[in-house]
Amino acid sequence: MTRTTAHRLSEFLVGLLFGWGLLISGMTDPGKVIGFLDLAGAWDPSLALVMGGAIAVGFFAFGMAKKRTSNFLGGALHLPTSRDLDKRLLLGSLLFGSGWGLAGFCPGPGIVSMAAGQPKAAVFVLAMIAGMLVFEWVDRIGRRALSAA
Amino acid sequence: MTIDWNHFTPWASLAGGLLLGLASALFILVNGRILGISGILGGLLRPQRADTGWRVAFMLGMLAAPATLAWIAPAGLISAPRIDAGYVAVVIAGLLVGYGTRLGSGCTSGHGVCGLSRLSPRSLVATGSFMVAGFAIVYVMRHLF
Repeated sequence: MTRTTAHRLSEFLVGLLFGWGLLISGMTDPGKVIGFLDLAGAWDPSLALVMGGAIAVGFFAFGMAKKRTSNFLGGALHLPTSRDLDKRLLLGSLLFGSGWGLAGFCPGPGIVSMAAGQPKAAVFVLAMIAGMLVFEWVDRIGRRALSAA
Repeated sequence: MTIDWNHFTPWASLAGGLLLGLASALFILVNGRILGISGILGGLLRPQRADTGWRVAFMLGMLAAPATLAWIAPAGLISAPRIDAGYVAVVIAGLLVGYGTRLGSGCTSGHGVCGLSRLSPRSLVATGSFMVAGFAIVYVMRHLF
């Protein structure tokens, strides 16, 4: 097996595993997500366990990753380098959270629910891609204006 | 606050969470990538040479998840989703999630799982912000209107 084949195969399997995790955890059920976000109503704490379980495993993996210079297949480790706590991070996250609370879908569960045949999830994913394309467009105009100034 | 014991699924949610953590762990250690859905999808919208293959492979895996899990999992493991939002709300939500995750460089997976696992201050700010916005919107929808 070539290294590229090994990469594509492992990426596919990780995507599959991640999708299973979303389905089993309840993240693909908007009712459960909104039940978690509804602190003032009948609160469903399940999502705290999803996050806790994921971070418990992730913490050790990223601890290992930080000590390495390459991945297991011998390529680069693409760890984020940005450290800025800026307006983009804050505003973007607030917009994302508003949309998340509004329908109960975040990107991964939206895509998996679409694949499960939920029509509303398919509409959500199309609108999400449209939102991403609007961002690309606004961002390009902004960068052009900056470089012209 | 009252606990919704009827819908609380501690074991399934913990098991699912461990799988999400395992997938994120494998992705950084084996493939050297951050498992962040909005970033993986967003990168496909400004395609660059030699940067699309891994994104497509991952996405195909995620798309194959429901059918394969239905095949191997016992009946009743996955409950039917409750989607209360109407189509208009779903469209507005999608636009906000798409724009917001790209502006804020991440979502629940990239910031919430990978970022917090790396103890990244940026991801802590992002996760705190999208959680607070989610709590606020649900409070307004469920208790003010």
